[in-house]
Amino acid sequence: MENNSPKSPAGKIPFWRDIRVLRVLFQVIFLIGVVLLAGILYTNMLRGLRGLGLTLNLDFLNDEAGFGIAEGIAYEPSDTYLRAFWVGVVNTIRVSVIGIACATILGLVVGIARLSSNWLVRNLAAIYIECFRNIPLLLQILFWYTAVILQLPSVRKSFTFFGSVFINQRGVYLPSPQPTSGVKIWVACLAVGSVLALILYLVRLRELRRMEQPGFPAKWALPAFLVVALVGWFATPGRPFTLELPALKGFNFAGGIYLSPEFCALVIGLVMYTGAFIAEVVRSGIQSVAKGQREAAKAIGLNEFQTLRLIVLPQALRVIAPPLTSQYLNLTKNSSLAVAIGFPDLFNIGNTMMNQTGQSIPIFGMIMISYLIISLTTSAYMNWYNRRINRIGR
Amino acid sequence: MEERTPDITIKPPSDSKSILQWLKANLFNTWYNALLTLLAVVFLYIAFKGILSWAFTEANWNVIPANLQIFLVGAYPREEIWRVWIVIYTLALLLGLSAGIWGGLALRLAIAIGCVGGGLGIILAFFPVGLSNRFGLLGGVTLLVVDFFLFRGKIGLRPWVLGGWLLSFPWTMIWLHGFAGLPTVFTSSWGGLLLTLILAAVGIVVSFPLGVLLALGRRSTLPVIKWVSTAYIETVRGVPLVTILFMAQIMVPIFLPDFRLDKILRAMLGITLFSAAYMAENVRGGLQAIPTGQYEAAHAVGLNYPLTMLLVVLPQALRSVIPAIVGQFISLFKDTSLVTVIGLLDLLGIAKTVIANPDWLGLQAEVYLFAAVVYFVFSYSMSYISLRIEDALRVQ
Repeated sequence: MENNSPKSPAGKIPFWRDIRVLRVLFQVIFLIGVVLLAGILYTNMLRGLRGLGLTLNLDFLNDEAGFGIAEGIAYEPSDTYLRAFWVGVVNTIRVSVIGIACATILGLVVGIARLSSNWLVRNLAAIYIECFRNIPLLLQILFWYTAVILQLPSVRKSFTFFGSVFINQRGVYLPSPQPTSGVKIWVACLAVGSVLALILYLVRLRELRRMEQPGFPAKWALPAFLVVALVGWFATPGRPFTLELPALKGFNFAGGIYLSPEFCALVIGLVMYTGAFIAEVVRSGIQSVAKGQREAAKAIGLNEFQTLRLIVLPQALRVIAPPLTSQYLNLTKNSSLAVAIGFPDLFNIGNTMMNQTGQSIPIFGMIMISYLIISLTTSAYMNWYNRRINRIGR
Repeated sequence: MEERTPDITIKPPSDSKSILQWLKANLFNTWYNALLTLLAVVFLYIAFKGILSWAFTEANWNVIPANLQIFLVGAYPREEIWRVWIVIYTLALLLGLSAGIWGGLALRLAIAIGCVGGGLGIILAFFPVGLSNRFGLLGGVTLLVVDFFLFRGKIGLRPWVLGGWLLSFPWTMIWLHGFAGLPTVFTSSWGGLLLTLILAAVGIVVSFPLGVLLALGRRSTLPVIKWVSTAYIETVRGVPLVTILFMAQIMVPIFLPDFRLDKILRAMLGITLFSAAYMAENVRGGLQAIPTGQYEAAHAVGLNYPLTMLLVVLPQALRSVIPAIVGQFISLFKDTSLVTVIGLLDLLGIAKTVIANPDWLGLQAEVYLFAAVVYFVFSYSMSYISLRIEDALRVQ
């Protein structure tokens, strides 16, 4: 565009006014500036490292870590630093996935409740959203950890639910299902059930299409599947799963699934905080669906649930997906606040490694790359999902 | 002419409903709403009973007034607190002037801030703190109201007030830090709510020009500049703030060994670099909303790139992203609490030290709830203000 300026009679523009030359020149100067800055920082760094007596390499990753990690996948203090870091990555992913799942459910429920025709429910949802959105997440996590969970009764006086769930200041103990020898028979039953369900689903879908009526396509398939699963459960000799109950042994509980207080505080904090934001995202998405759509749905005789499921949510989802993605990413990044309460996530373990080895630069690089990979994967998945729901609409 | 009065007057249908009708329409209109109402009432009863009985019988609220000063200003020396008041009065003065001179949006802002400040001032007046501190906030609000009425409609003062706002930030820093003769208060003893507010303000004010440059860089047609800006923005947005704060703490002494920056300055550096990336994305949103015709028109009247941006594009783009920037300020205000993790004593950091104080053991819930209320009041009122701004911009 800029290039077709009229040529002077001599056929030449002086180079300091030629936009093509200027563009290149400006970029070269900018690049030189960036490189110079990086060079200064790099020489400073080498000087600083020499002062500390460190060299820059990744060999330390194969050394013995020597510190314990309270929870996560199998790990011994005698394992390498690389393994310790991996434990942290897995813990971060574990917290993020559980947090995202719970926050989505909470946000969806509260977001819909926010638009309820029930005055009390609507306002309770609004109060929840405003309270939890406007208080810093770190404060919330510290509150759940020190003021709630650590103040729970001691192990011997635990809160007990149904004789199988125990909650005390050392954490939450849940029964864990253990597969027995009969589990294969039940899995076979489930396979048969799902084939049956698929057939019923397709039949009902065709029926609905033929009658040109709205309806819930899994109306036959779902009960059929449940019946087969239930029959299979009781038909299996000795039941497919037994519940391993946590039991008081010595000073603590053993067996079952154990959730540490740090894990609980972190997940509760993240879910309550992000849930409030997701609720707002859901509310604005639902409100973005034109009023005429709802009225039209009502006019053709859909009930409130059908309107929501068939008309409103599919359209709202397109508006909801992009901001929802950024909430998911925020939750993942915010899980790094684990460092404040000592949950061994990726950042916390990286921090311990830095204190032990002094290799702050490569470890920071590893931490940042790990977060970037998690963020990019999440946003790539959500972009794919976003494209999919958009294509269905056209 | 003879006027005929109708024999029967039918009253218009009344808008006001009886309480029973309201209840039926809003709480019991369907069977599931009735059920939900009952559930909500039971939930509210249990929650309120628990919270109220705790707050009035078990909780020990003495910890708040006893530590109010360090909650507000941290270790800022007691005899220098008048400097904080000077800053508050300066800002109140400027706000009152702007409200009087511009009216509209500035007036709404002033009213919102005045109400919050006045409310806090009234609460503060009942606390057993020093006399000057007790009525200081009410004094600030009075100043705001008085100079609003004194300078109402004096349009000639506009450039002066604008200059005043530009200078208010360095003015604040100079007073708090100390100059010529005044004893220096090093940033290491700034703390409490004061530190929280300053970190957020520095984060927004300093990152603003950086963010504008990055946004322009990302929209640039020059590939090198575009890629460098994009890489910076996406990298910073992809990692948590805690990482960047720790990095500022650990890396600055390694990369810049010749500068001796204290902990708070390093935290400010981290927050600014972090905030600049988000600011850039907000500004970019505004830039994208400017129609191509504006660029072409500027080109047609012969403006070059810097002039096009300065005179045509940025004024429009920045105006449309004011709400987004206020939103960023709110989230930055909450995010400053993360400096607690690197050991700074902002409002949350002070809360943690008060809890650790052996005189006030076992009062986690009280102290955290107090800090939560302070954060809530600030960030809720800011989001209210941002809604007002959005309304005002839409009207114009």
